[in-house]
Amino acid sequence: MGWLKRVIDHDISYSFTRSWVIMLAAFVTLFIIITSVFAPWVTIHDPFNPSSLNLMDAFTPPIWVEGGKWTYPLGTDDQGRDILSTIMFGNRISLLVGFLSVLLAMLIGVTLGTVSGYIGGWLDSLIMRLADAQLTVPPILIALLVNGVARASLMQELQESLAIYVLVFSIGIAAWPQYARVTRSGAMVERNKEYIAAAKVIGVHPGLIMVRHIVPNVMGPTMVLATIGVPLAIIIEATLSFLGVGVPPTTPSLGTLIRIGNEFLFSGEWWITIFPALALVVLVLSVNLIGDWLRDTFNPKLR
Amino acid sequence: MTALLEVDRLRIEFPTRRGILVAVDDVSFSIEEGEVLGVVGESGAGKSVTGAAVIGLLEPPGRIGRGDIRFEGRQLNGLPQEAMRRIRGAKIGAIFQDPLTSLNPIYSIGRQLTETLTTHTDLSSSQARSRAIDLLNEVGIPAAERRVDSYPHEFSGGMRQRVVIALAICVNPRLIIADEPTTALDVSIQAQIIGLLKNLCHEHRTAIMLITHDMGVIAEMSDRVAVMYAGRIAEIGPLREVVKSPKHPYTVGLMDSIPKVGQEKDQLSHIRGAMPRLQEIPPGCPFHPRCPEAFDRCQVERPDMMDTGHPRQAASCWKYARTASHG
Repeated sequence: MGWLKRVIDHDISYSFTRSWVIMLAAFVTLFIIITSVFAPWVTIHDPFNPSSLNLMDAFTPPIWVEGGKWTYPLGTDDQGRDILSTIMFGNRISLLVGFLSVLLAMLIGVTLGTVSGYIGGWLDSLIMRLADAQLTVPPILIALLVNGVARASLMQELQESLAIYVLVFSIGIAAWPQYARVTRSGAMVERNKEYIAAAKVIGVHPGLIMVRHIVPNVMGPTMVLATIGVPLAIIIEATLSFLGVGVPPTTPSLGTLIRIGNEFLFSGEWWITIFPALALVVLVLSVNLIGDWLRDTFNPKLR
Repeated sequence: MTALLEVDRLRIEFPTRRGILVAVDDVSFSIEEGEVLGVVGESGAGKSVTGAAVIGLLEPPGRIGRGDIRFEGRQLNGLPQEAMRRIRGAKIGAIFQDPLTSLNPIYSIGRQLTETLTTHTDLSSSQARSRAIDLLNEVGIPAAERRVDSYPHEFSGGMRQRVVIALAICVNPRLIIADEPTTALDVSIQAQIIGLLKNLCHEHRTAIMLITHDMGVIAEMSDRVAVMYAGRIAEIGPLREVVKSPKHPYTVGLMDSIPKVGQEKDQLSHIRGAMPRLQEIPPGCPFHPRCPEAFDRCQVERPDMMDTGHPRQAASCWKYARTASHG
């Protein structure tokens, strides 16, 4: 169990146990991840099976409000779907889209950034000007644009089933320049270290040098950026879904839930939109707190 | 017998906005098998660039303008990258100045050694591992069996430089380019590292091109010395002769400026002025503005390497022009 001792003994673990905020954020994040991964098993209702829905239960308020029922702790929406269950399923979509799109952005960004920083020259200029140009446009607009183009080029019957992947694609495309920039600056530092020169001398192929030596050494800052990137991606996803161009209402994400609930906000059924919105805030806040903490822990200057 | 490494009239240029900078010009030398050639000179004299050209690490925009680099009789410059990599491959090793950055921080030293070994030899990974432990023992890492799985940051500077040496010699190269191998180390560690390099190369008959500005290191290790000034070789010859009876006025000044124990002096002697910047290398002999012995010819004509009267010792100074022409 040597590695376990090393983990417990590590500076990062120490800094982790020193801050109750971080421990709480980590606990909440873990809780959300577990409940969303196991959503089909932990929810009492299946909100997406029309046969199990009872329209008589529509607009049930939360339990602490008069008329609330124990079977629907956070109330129901206009179709009698349990809000708590839809939130868990919604978290699932939000987290999935968040993680996958960050992965995609990292894949594109780290590849281009490493090539850019290591090889340099006109290729570097080309990639970085491309990144600069994209950074002048807000990511949400890029995502909207890519999303629209991707949907338009897809067949009608595929649109529904591929909606999530189209979202992942568009958010990933929108976020890559940041990863490319961070990776590039790291690669430019590593490139001039002598172990790279040593690898060149013994004849290691440039591609292999990038994969084996440069990338692992620049992943630290990129990983921190990624942890901060996940909540950003979740917010973009929620925004797109709120605007109605994200995931379809049949498999709603948090954004879709908020949009649906928004229609009833002024007719008094506030819980339909408030609870998904709160869930979004809690999710984004906890992941963000972890990201900030990681950034501070990995940056010796801030310790 | 042909020399292991022959550098012939090498010229290295850096094209810039304001014209071409010539960092190294007309440099010729050779290294025999198992020989240690020390290359000394001030910062910017072109030592490191010459070394970089030999191992193919000349970074663009730097380029070889003229001249040849031959290794084991085969020309290295002008070859396509891939072919050059294959020739150089395992036969030329390198040791750099800073042991802190010479090792990849995220792999254990054992892994770095075994990977180098399995890439360049037929050893299986378990054989490579035991060879790695042998190598670490050989370079004087205590408890090598345990330390083989340690990471670079768990070693001190001197120990790391030992690991770097182990990496450089692991595939039995014929030539090692050591660029300031001891500059970043404590004086006491320097001596150990020099001794280690010397022994290892003696055993494996590896030739070394030792680049440094430290005459002490040169005196300790090398068989022959090349003194570089402003991108040219000022003097080249056997260690004893160059140190005891330097021929080029620059070498004379250099030797005088080294403080000696037991010698009482109010002020250390030095060479007047400073080495010219690359854009402003004067015509004629580049050293003439600082040379106490300069005469008219030095200001207009560039001296070639001249016979100094001693076999194998040559200097680029017009002082010896007569001796040369009279045979």
